[in-house]
Amino acid sequence: MTEALKRPPKKDPQKRTASPTLPPFARSRKAIAFTAAAAEGRFALQVCDACEHVTYPAREVCPKCWSMDLEWRDIPDGGKLISETTLRTSVNTYFRERMPWRIGTIQLDAGPSVLAHIHGDVGEFERVRMIARTDKSGQGVMMALPEKETPNMADDRQLRTLTCNPKFRRALVTDGRTELGQRVVKALADAGASRIFVGIAEQWRPYDGSEELQGIPGVEVMPLDVTDTISVNELAAEMGDKADILINTAEYVRPGSAMQRHGVTLARDEMETNYFGLMRLIQAFGHGMKARGADGDNSACAWVNLLSVYALSNWPVYGTTSASQAAALSLSQSLRGDFAGSGVKVINVLFGPLEESWRQPLPPPKVTPQRLADTVIHALTEGIENVTLGPVAEDVVRRYKEDPFVLERELTQLQMGM
Amino acid sequence: MSEQNSNALQALAGALAAGSIETVDLTHTLDPDFPVIVLPPEFGQCARFRVEEVSRYDERGPAWYWRNFTCSEHTGTHFDAPIHWISGKDLPDASVDSIPADAFVRPVCVIDCSGESTADEDFLLTPEFIQAWEKDHGVIPEGSWVLMRTDWSKRSGADYLNMREDGAHTPGPTGDAVKLLVEERKIIGFGTETVGTDAGQATHLSPPYPAHYLLHGAGKYGLQCLANLDQLPATGAILVCPPLKIKNGSGSPLRVLALVERDSE
Repeated sequence: MTEALKRPPKKDPQKRTASPTLPPFARSRKAIAFTAAAAEGRFALQVCDACEHVTYPAREVCPKCWSMDLEWRDIPDGGKLISETTLRTSVNTYFRERMPWRIGTIQLDAGPSVLAHIHGDVGEFERVRMIARTDKSGQGVMMALPEKETPNMADDRQLRTLTCNPKFRRALVTDGRTELGQRVVKALADAGASRIFVGIAEQWRPYDGSEELQGIPGVEVMPLDVTDTISVNELAAEMGDKADILINTAEYVRPGSAMQRHGVTLARDEMETNYFGLMRLIQAFGHGMKARGADGDNSACAWVNLLSVYALSNWPVYGTTSASQAAALSLSQSLRGDFAGSGVKVINVLFGPLEESWRQPLPPPKVTPQRLADTVIHALTEGIENVTLGPVAEDVVRRYKEDPFVLERELTQLQMGM
Repeated sequence: MSEQNSNALQALAGALAAGSIETVDLTHTLDPDFPVIVLPPEFGQCARFRVEEVSRYDERGPAWYWRNFTCSEHTGTHFDAPIHWISGKDLPDASVDSIPADAFVRPVCVIDCSGESTADEDFLLTPEFIQAWEKDHGVIPEGSWVLMRTDWSKRSGADYLNMREDGAHTPGPTGDAVKLLVEERKIIGFGTETVGTDAGQATHLSPPYPAHYLLHGAGKYGLQCLANLDQLPATGAILVCPPLKIKNGSGSPLRVLALVERDSE
């Protein structure tokens, strides 16, 4: 049984903060597809289009029929532990620091046997549920979990290297003025976050939900306006490097395409929040988080961006907002490059139309702020980096993967009744 | 004539040096978190004051510190030109760059409404109130600036805009008061300590926003977000308020000063 995680003690100010070390990161170009699926929380292996043979590790040709048509497909996640070992020594610094470490071979129901990390609650020769996640190197790995939920299962030491669980961690939510921001704060508190710093811009303007927000345990309301460099830098200086998780809930949304707009003032406001706001946060908080990627049980672990799915492909009804979201998505990819090797994940949640005032005239289905908040917590506790939320977003992402140019044509063609 | 002027300026220089004429700063600091007017969200909004460093003795410029700043023409302590409002859009010399410069140095009358505004945050300045003030201080001279003192500048945070679900609650003038000042007293401009020259609830007055509508329609100017009006005498001070010379500018943040004669005791 997994021992429940204890509240991490206060840091000894005389001890040096450990630098992040990394598990092996080299992967073949083929195998990066496994990492991409793992980043979405999908368990995918190559399946031969000709003979349906599931193959592992990643290959160029099917080892059974020599076909070159290997396709990455989600496969059943069931299996059985058939052999295991506990590493007590290693030449790899990352594992040396984390001994003992359990690994084993799993016979997958889908066919191949695979090498995987093993959860502490998996017994010898037991049935397991496999997950694929990105590790501290940012590369896809497999882990075998108990088939059924066990007590404190999420607190398993090895599993926690793959997840960004908010339990006992400190989080910064960048905009608490909105229902979305407030739901995210509440969800973090419910998930066990120890302190939640909540940015409130322009405290000289009242906002709904202010009293309830201040009543949430662990909440500290802080002045923060992502459009104001001084404000962002001052908060970073005041908080020090206490952000273990940063969730950027600030967004600026207005309907209209370039030709439906009169001038660039609103478009600038969009960029100030959606793009430059993100950049200011990265410059102010990124270095501190990057340096604390291996700082014990409450290490810095995740940077969460909430982005409209139309960041992937422009929807002219919200044309210039989509463009600013595309800029933000691109910058989040740049941040992934900045954070590579730090052990801090960049989580992007792409969501469909949100239930809020600037999208009020849009028809259902819409994503509620509560659902988005719950999804953020799920992504953190599961360690999933790329999340798609809501039927509209799922449809857009599916079509984007099929062919982004076809998607572009669909989104920009004449619409019936418009 | 020129000798007389020269004597007047020499006397002024002497008084400034001796401290018998004092320079009072009526300006709030341009601060990113200083409130600006908030319109319904579907309208264009007033840009906040923002600064971004260009360099600060670093790799971007090793020996010098300088920044870019951005703001609205109506951010912070600012000047309103007649073209700011639709009623003044076709007037000549109605933008900040074309207003004759003599408008920026004028005598100033300060009507103290601080007690009334403390008692009633929606206090409205009426013609009767102005006439009662004139009984004590004399008739407002033609070509003067008139400032409405409310001590609102001493408020901070949410109390400044005083926004509630039905809008802002701050003092200002009635339409009839503005008419009196413009048509009969022929003032050059009107200034307040609040975020606008109009009251917070002025959208419900007739005409809506009477200070903006009537002042600017008559080619008069506005000043708002003023501070330190409690340091000015009711009459006798000189206001110095030149806005930035922005081409076709509807207004401008500015430094507002007053020259005040101190009693030599």
